Amino acid sequence: MGKFWVIFVASISILLPFLCNSFSPETPTDRRVLVLLDDFAVKSSHSSYFNSLKLRGFDLDFKLADDPKIALQRYGQYLYDALILFCPSVERFGGSVDVAAIINFVDSGHDLIIAADVNASDLIREVATECGVDFDEDPSAMVIDHTGYAVSETEGDHTLIASDDYIKSDVIIGSKKIEAPVLFQGIGHSLNPVNSLVLKVLSASPSAYSANPLSKLSTPPLLTGSAISLVSVVQARNNARILITGSLSMFSNRFFRSGVQKSGSSTKYEKSGNEQFLTELSKWIFHERGHLKAVNVKHHKVGETDEPALYRINDELEYSVEIYEWSGTSWEPYVTDDVQVQFYMMSPYVLKTLSNDKKGLYSASFKVPDVYGVFQFKVEYQKLGYTSLSLSKQIPVRPYRHNEYERFIPTAYPYYGAAFSTMAGFFIFSFVHLYNK
Amino acid sequence: MSNSYTSDILKPFKLKTKQQELLIRVSILCLVYILAFITRLFSVLRYESMIHEFDPYFNYRTTLYLTQHGFYDFWNWFDYESWYPLGRIVGGTLYPGLMVTAALIYRLLHFLRFAVHIREVCVLTAPFFASNTTLVAYFFGKEIWDSGAGLVAAILIAVCPGYISRSVAGSYDNEGVAIFALLFTFYLFVKAVNTGSLAWGLASAFGYFYMVSAWGGYVFIINLIPLYVLVLLITGRYSMRLYVAYNCLYILGMLLAMQIRFVGFQHVQSGEHMAAMGVFFLMQVFYFLDWVKHMLSDTKLFQEFLRITVTCAVAVGGIALGVGMASGYISPWTGRFYSLLDPTYAKDHIPIIASVSEHQPTAWSSFMFDFHILLFLFPAGLYFCFKRLSDATIFIVMYGLTSMYFAGVMVRLILVATPAVCLISAIAVSATVKNLTVLLRSKTKVAQIGSTKGTSSAKASSKASLDQSQPFQKNGAMALLFGAFYLLSRYATHCTWVTSEAYSSPSIVLAARGAHGNRVIFDDYREAYFWLRQNTPLDAKVMSWWDYGYQITAMGNRTVIVDNNTWNNTHIATVGRAMSSYEDEAYEIIRSLDVDYVLVVFGGVTGYSSDDINKFLWMVRIGGGVFPVIKEPDYLVNGEYRVDKGAAPKMLNCLMYKLSYYRFGEMMTEYGKPPGYDRARGVEIGNKDIKLEHLEEAFTTSNWIVRIYKVKPPNNRW
Repeated sequence: MGKFWVIFVASISILLPFLCNSFSPETPTDRRVLVLLDDFAVKSSHSSYFNSLKLRGFDLDFKLADDPKIALQRYGQYLYDALILFCPSVERFGGSVDVAAIINFVDSGHDLIIAADVNASDLIREVATECGVDFDEDPSAMVIDHTGYAVSETEGDHTLIASDDYIKSDVIIGSKKIEAPVLFQGIGHSLNPVNSLVLKVLSASPSAYSANPLSKLSTPPLLTGSAISLVSVVQARNNARILITGSLSMFSNRFFRSGVQKSGSSTKYEKSGNEQFLTELSKWIFHERGHLKAVNVKHHKVGETDEPALYRINDELEYSVEIYEWSGTSWEPYVTDDVQVQFYMMSPYVLKTLSNDKKGLYSASFKVPDVYGVFQFKVEYQKLGYTSLSLSKQIPVRPYRHNEYERFIPTAYPYYGAAFSTMAGFFIFSFVHLYNK
Repeated sequence: MSNSYTSDILKPFKLKTKQQELLIRVSILCLVYILAFITRLFSVLRYESMIHEFDPYFNYRTTLYLTQHGFYDFWNWFDYESWYPLGRIVGGTLYPGLMVTAALIYRLLHFLRFAVHIREVCVLTAPFFASNTTLVAYFFGKEIWDSGAGLVAAILIAVCPGYISRSVAGSYDNEGVAIFALLFTFYLFVKAVNTGSLAWGLASAFGYFYMVSAWGGYVFIINLIPLYVLVLLITGRYSMRLYVAYNCLYILGMLLAMQIRFVGFQHVQSGEHMAAMGVFFLMQVFYFLDWVKHMLSDTKLFQEFLRITVTCAVAVGGIALGVGMASGYISPWTGRFYSLLDPTYAKDHIPIIASVSEHQPTAWSSFMFDFHILLFLFPAGLYFCFKRLSDATIFIVMYGLTSMYFAGVMVRLILVATPAVCLISAIAVSATVKNLTVLLRSKTKVAQIGSTKGTSSAKASSKASLDQSQPFQKNGAMALLFGAFYLLSRYATHCTWVTSEAYSSPSIVLAARGAHGNRVIFDDYREAYFWLRQNTPLDAKVMSWWDYGYQITAMGNRTVIVDNNTWNNTHIATVGRAMSSYEDEAYEIIRSLDVDYVLVVFGGVTGYSSDDINKFLWMVRIGGGVFPVIKEPDYLVNGEYRVDKGAAPKMLNCLMYKLSYYRFGEMMTEYGKPPGYDRARGVEIGNKDIKLEHLEEAFTTSNWIVRIYKVKPPNNRW
């Protein structure tokens, strides 16, 4: 009996996370995170970062990157909601994980954090390339900045950079200003110009360049200045979020705790900005911030409540949609004044800003244009940092029926008069002609 | 006819000669009526009761809608499943005659408790109307010549391939009822001219109304009749009868025709209808002159008056026309009308009209194919008509000559010429046979030498003229008569053969002979359309070349971008551009049209030659006509169109090529040929390694005739 009890409890405890905490559109925050490491030392050397995640309720599962048992999905179901790759040197993942599996993981709506480092493996580079960023091709290259380096006791080679060139978005990096610069030491990357979804969150200063610090610079470096990105994020079309950085050490306890003084600046900060920056960024990556949902898309004629199957030209209609933002624990009304609805057929015929009632309900009323065809109500809301809302609802617009035109037009009265007087005249003429001999 | 023994028994039933003749005539007509119907049933026997070709599917779909939703919903139907995203006002852009007719037959049958499906009604509408046409041909022939000619005309038109091509069972198209309406209108008008009766004039106006409601070819009537009237006026055959007939037809016909939404004010505003209006006013001037002439006894004064009046009338008419044209009140002629008058016009200016195979100029062989001996009888009939000129024969001569010209310009207009050719040939046959039998009968008094046509009516005038004939005359007449019957029997054989072999194929199901002489059926079209119906979302949009639009909406029940109602050239050109662009350029066009699936027709495996690759140059031309980035020479090599290794690089990488030949390079189609051997064009294809980036194969039918591709959503991370 006791044995059964143990099995029951064990099975519940295994199943429970899958039953309750999985990622869903209703509670978009990630819960189960797989962390792949090169070796378990990282678990302790980066414990501050992991603890901050655990404190926020994440269930971290640490595995070695070459552990043959790792798997992202089983029986078609994903076992994790997010993946953290803190394994810059792995040449081959263990188990069934490979580049395609990671890409599929992202393409099915899951989040990813990639931290590369100097001598990043081709595997990690390949994953990054798939996400739209290219690490410096020279494996031993590092980002060097002779003016924006962090002052330290030893002179060093200026690869430890203090950067404060953040993206201007409160949604991505939090509304609280990050006072201290962020320490970075690692490989730089550039954004693929073809990719329109990747964003530079932390870029290097104009004086930075990417080269091997140990060898003499013989040719001009390929990556220079603020084209170098230190930390980038991607928000995919399915709202999966990806963080890519070339420095694993910026997550480390050492960088979190160390003081920082940027060269040329007299202010010395007790604590670097790394902790605040990366924690806030992880909130965004794991959908605790900036996740919108639109529900209850409704449209109807003015004065009615039912949604018609099609409209007639020149109908007055009302369109409404409710938009909420996920706060990490609950859905809060999203309040802004820049949501627009289009009444669209190959090009927008009506473009109107929706007004909101501060409770999440956005609405607009307008007149159907005097054009028939198959229209769409389109809300394309793409705002930096927020998940993109792309709603479209097809609705045909028909012309007037034959009996919906005006029956008698005042300007046509002379014609009516002419027609009827001719008829009467013809009748009288016939009568007179036939019977008046 | 009967010997003495039977005549005793049948004495009470013995018929007078006149009654006998009537009986024979009625039974012949009945047989012809049935023959016309059953000869058109080959397609049903060979395949099944199904709708053929392309346009009939639209007609079928609208008829279905009409029977399900009633007339007012049909009249106001806004169809958002075609021409996405523009939609189409169906009620205002079709000729409803056919659908209304079929729906009425359907209602009638249901009222009589025959629970037939609307499809069966649609399939059999055209044969039914073809049968009715034979009756009209009989009466028309009787009106212009005699009842013998009428009977021959009925027989000839019952089996004439030129008419059968558009009226076999399943060919549910406007022409099916329109030829009946056309001939009926002409018959009623000739009757009205012959009698001068207002009632016949009224009837012809209603016949015209039915024709207008059924087919755009009514323009032929409204131009031929004024032309005919004009000829009568010029030849001095103006009469009160003509005045009554024409005015009644024009005024009432115009008012009635304007009730059809598709025609509306075009009838008084467009250039094609101006001739009728001009002749109408001319008639009034004539009448007025006649009246003045009647009032004025002074000839000299009248001459002066005539000069002034005619000058004024012509001047006023000319100015009115000029002002109307300049102000845009009178719209200019349409492209189709122009291409009738100038056969090269469409080729140079409107590729979309030129691309349709039935708009091509007619080849001599198809005249022979469709008319057979009528082609030789036609001039003979014209000779007889000129010999006995009357108002009615002038009409049929003009109808015959004009329609023969149009038949030469466009293949499909052979159909319009067929009734005239049959009637005029019937006059030739009837007159010849009659003359010959008169020769024979005058000598020997041997009645009815196997001839039923024209003998009885020939009796009366036979004896007097033929007393002094030569001895060999009888034999000669006999030989000629046998010759005539031999020709006619060849005609019957030819017609049946053509109907059975050439014109009874539904074109949606293809048949071929297998290696062992067995019949192989390719039912790929329906397979693909049912796949669409069963496996795609309800609001999926399918992009294909316009030929297949009607079929996809009718059978697949999915939204299409363009269809066979080619009203918006730009939209079609957009599809043509997408098909002839590289895949990534095409993808942007496809996305902008919200396309979910792309459908292509490919005959490389089966050797089916009317596929999209063979139509592709038209897509390039039509696309290039609106979007000059598409240039025809880019797809040709030294002016030559090819798909093998020597093909133009743009050709080898355009979307249509990729979609047609995707995965084809690995396929063995014919023994002893390399993989990727295209049997429709007889070459090995030039690009065997085709990779698709933005589309993926969704479905390919069992014989690869229809291939459907799904449009992928945009890349998730890019």
